[in-house]
Amino acid sequence: MDFISKNLPYLLAGISVGGQYALIAIGYTMVYGILRLINFAHGDIFMVAALVTVYATTSMPLYLSIPLTLVVTVALGLLVERAAYKPLRNAPRMSVMISAIGVSYLLQNLALYVTGGLAQTYPAIPFISGTVQIGPATTKMVTLVTPVLTIVLVFALMQLINHTKIGMAMRAAANDFETSRLMGIKVDNVISMTFLIGSFLAAVGSLLYFTNYASVVPTSGAMPGLKAFVAAVFGGIGSIPGAVIGAFIIGICENIIKGLGWTTFSDAFTFALLIVILIVKPTGLFGEGATDKV
Amino acid sequence: MSKKKSMTISAILFLALIVIIVVLERMLPPTHIALAVLKKGCIYSLVAVSMNLLNGFTGLFSLGQAGFMLIGAYAYAVLTIPVADRASVYMYFDGGIIQFSVPVFVGLLASGLLAALCAWLIGLPVLRLKSDYLAIATLGFAEIIRAFFQWDKLGVVTNGSNMLRKYPTFSTTLFPFLVSAACIGVMVLMINSSYGRAFKAIRDDEIAAEAMGINLAKHKRMAFCVSSFFAGVGGGLLAMYQTSIQAMTFKSSMTYEILLIVVIGGLGSVTGSCLASFLFIASSEWWLRFLDTEMTIGGFKVPLLRSGFRKVVFSVIIMVIVLFARRGIMGDREFSVDGICRFFKNLGKKKEVKQ
Amino acid sequence: MSTNVLRVSDITMQFGGVVAVDNLSLEVNEGEIVALIGPNGAGKTTAFNCITGVYEPSNGAVSFYGKELVESYPHGKMKKLYKGENVGKYTKRLVPTPDKITKEGIARTFQNIRLFSTMTVFENVLIAKHMRAKQNLLTATFRLNHAEEARMRAETLELLKMQHLDHLRDEIAGSLPYGIQRRLEIARALATNPKLLLLDEPAAGMNPQETQELADFIRQIRDEYKLTIFIIEHHMDLVMRISDRVYVLDFGKLLAHGTPEEVQNNPHVIEAYLGVSQDA
Repeated sequence: MDFISKNLPYLLAGISVGGQYALIAIGYTMVYGILRLINFAHGDIFMVAALVTVYATTSMPLYLSIPLTLVVTVALGLLVERAAYKPLRNAPRMSVMISAIGVSYLLQNLALYVTGGLAQTYPAIPFISGTVQIGPATTKMVTLVTPVLTIVLVFALMQLINHTKIGMAMRAAANDFETSRLMGIKVDNVISMTFLIGSFLAAVGSLLYFTNYASVVPTSGAMPGLKAFVAAVFGGIGSIPGAVIGAFIIGICENIIKGLGWTTFSDAFTFALLIVILIVKPTGLFGEGATDKV
Repeated sequence: MSKKKSMTISAILFLALIVIIVVLERMLPPTHIALAVLKKGCIYSLVAVSMNLLNGFTGLFSLGQAGFMLIGAYAYAVLTIPVADRASVYMYFDGGIIQFSVPVFVGLLASGLLAALCAWLIGLPVLRLKSDYLAIATLGFAEIIRAFFQWDKLGVVTNGSNMLRKYPTFSTTLFPFLVSAACIGVMVLMINSSYGRAFKAIRDDEIAAEAMGINLAKHKRMAFCVSSFFAGVGGGLLAMYQTSIQAMTFKSSMTYEILLIVVIGGLGSVTGSCLASFLFIASSEWWLRFLDTEMTIGGFKVPLLRSGFRKVVFSVIIMVIVLFARRGIMGDREFSVDGICRFFKNLGKKKEVKQ
Repeated sequence: MSTNVLRVSDITMQFGGVVAVDNLSLEVNEGEIVALIGPNGAGKTTAFNCITGVYEPSNGAVSFYGKELVESYPHGKMKKLYKGENVGKYTKRLVPTPDKITKEGIARTFQNIRLFSTMTVFENVLIAKHMRAKQNLLTATFRLNHAEEARMRAETLELLKMQHLDHLRDEIAGSLPYGIQRRLEIARALATNPKLLLLDEPAAGMNPQETQELADFIRQIRDEYKLTIFIIEHHMDLVMRISDRVYVLDFGKLLAHGTPEEVQNNPHVIEAYLGVSQDA
């Protein structure tokens, strides 16, 4: 009991951060599922979403600035896809990945320019910024909201993917890109849809994540982005439930490690976990394997 | 043209470069930005070529370069800080446990060897992975290495998250130039040797290379260790250049920067990597600097210009190259005396045809 | 009776629940040209991959000149999934990587040509000499191996001359016409100094004229290099013309075996190829 009461805050923080990673991880896993691309810019899109919220709230009320954030982030996600990935559709995978790294570099430098290198204070969003008492632990409301909202969104997404026409097209494209193109599926639309969903969820994730962290700098997106990607690999890249479960596991483990006083290694742990899973089960918890044809 | 003749011309060009550097150092004030660009350019050339050896010549997409540079930089700094200065550098750790120091060259060699040793260990599990999984695993290892070096329990050796300083540095540009040139020379020799051919075969087709009797695991490990060795030496040089180091600066963004240099220069081109390093460093730190200062021309304030704009323009240029000149400046060709002669000969021929 | 070169014993290759090669046993003797034929998807290339170390067979063994090369038995997940025969007959796991097999003296070509496409013709062949050269990374880098390097180059040039490819030595392999790429791939395999050559559909995409030339070429290299040749082929006229013996594979199982004439008249084979039953 003593252990639980001592570690409850970390456990709660872990669940909360896990949900936020999950929202980012879905963007990675869906894009990878279809394009076989690690979208290195995804973490930076998440960071830009936070900056948009910061700037929007200074000039308009919250009920306008949050929808604006969502719209701008989605537009940015689509723009990045059109400008940086679409022209390289037939190029080697390495070229596309390098382009993603280039976009990440550009977004970070752009953020640096706009913010002038100063950390931006994230606005308090009523309700989710409020504190709440759970047993012996005091925490922000966002800790409770995140897992619930994550599960609701993932459920909605699964419905979309499993029961709509565009969802079917997405599954087909993930299964075999070339064949689905031959079958008359407009893969460009499917890819746009993927980026739209991914960016939307990243924007929601940023609202929740930065409510806990209070300030945004241009490199704020890099680490959560990488961790969300690790979560996606951990769960089996291409699998949405896998990404969500992976993200929760990583979020919880990371915070428990912080609770044990090993803060220096909380990031390293995530990567150690990644390497272990890649070696033991390269396809992740829920992934499907593919072999090269000789 | 005979091989001997082209080698002579190359040697003359190399000597000419040395002369130019010496003359520049005499003429320019020691703090001039051009000299800083040259020094850093030399170091980045070395690191970029070492990354190219892996990504461009062996086809292993690794993103661990910053980690190996970190190991090299720390190995050099830890081993070469003079004993007398250790107490002040390791002030939080009672002067640290290492109470000896080694000469500069031994330190640089140790940087490379330690980085290569770590690469060997990391390579055991990681090199079995394919393309982007390898990339993300090596990136992960670089982060793990960084965490270890910041760990305060190891502070008696690494000084924890505090700075390492007071180790010997260089003042002349010739030092990094000659060390980098020697290292790059060794890599070029390797690339053109039987092993270099085996590396390229692995890049072109792993399965066929294996069917030709090339032991994949062994050769990949070799390329990984050699690349890391030179990244380590590059890290040591970077430590000397910066005069103080801290683990937190060796982030994955450093690896990305080097990767972009390699891509701009052309995957599989040594001279491309070198050329791109100098262009990259010069534009990011010198030529585009005017974009960072506000400017008024005839009462008209040029818009957008302020701190940070340089980097935005710079990253746009990089994106343009990545998207529209996908093969980089050099592609997989090399800049050589022969190549230039051939170029001019062909130019002549084309003209003749036209006439 | 000539020496046995290759002996494949009870090889079964199962991917998950799918049995690609089912209990295949065959022999190839010294100096022979033996063909492995069968409809698409019969498991011919999979059999090759089991011999050359690309796949670890689920069960069975391969030996080469009497020396055990490969042996495996169902283990791990396969223990439960395994549907084949001869469980318990093999108890050792001996699974060399493909490069070890090549070093033993088995060279192969690929169905979908796998050349080193950015390298020159000369370099493509020179690569094969790398594995046996007396050198290490340091001696090679600092050119202390120049005698070895000179020998490798001389041997490569000689081989290219014999294969009439020396005029193309500086061409980039990927830019060559298809037929020449096929020939280069065979030349490259010969450069590893094999005793046994495995050819995976060498006549794929060739017209009758080219196929005819290929038949002569295969016989010629067998005699010149004292080779044993094991070949997968679809072109029946090529198979009938050059092979001493033929194995027929269907759905992973050995269907028939014998001289080309015997196989040609075997009702099971006709059924498998034409899909009509004799009784119907």
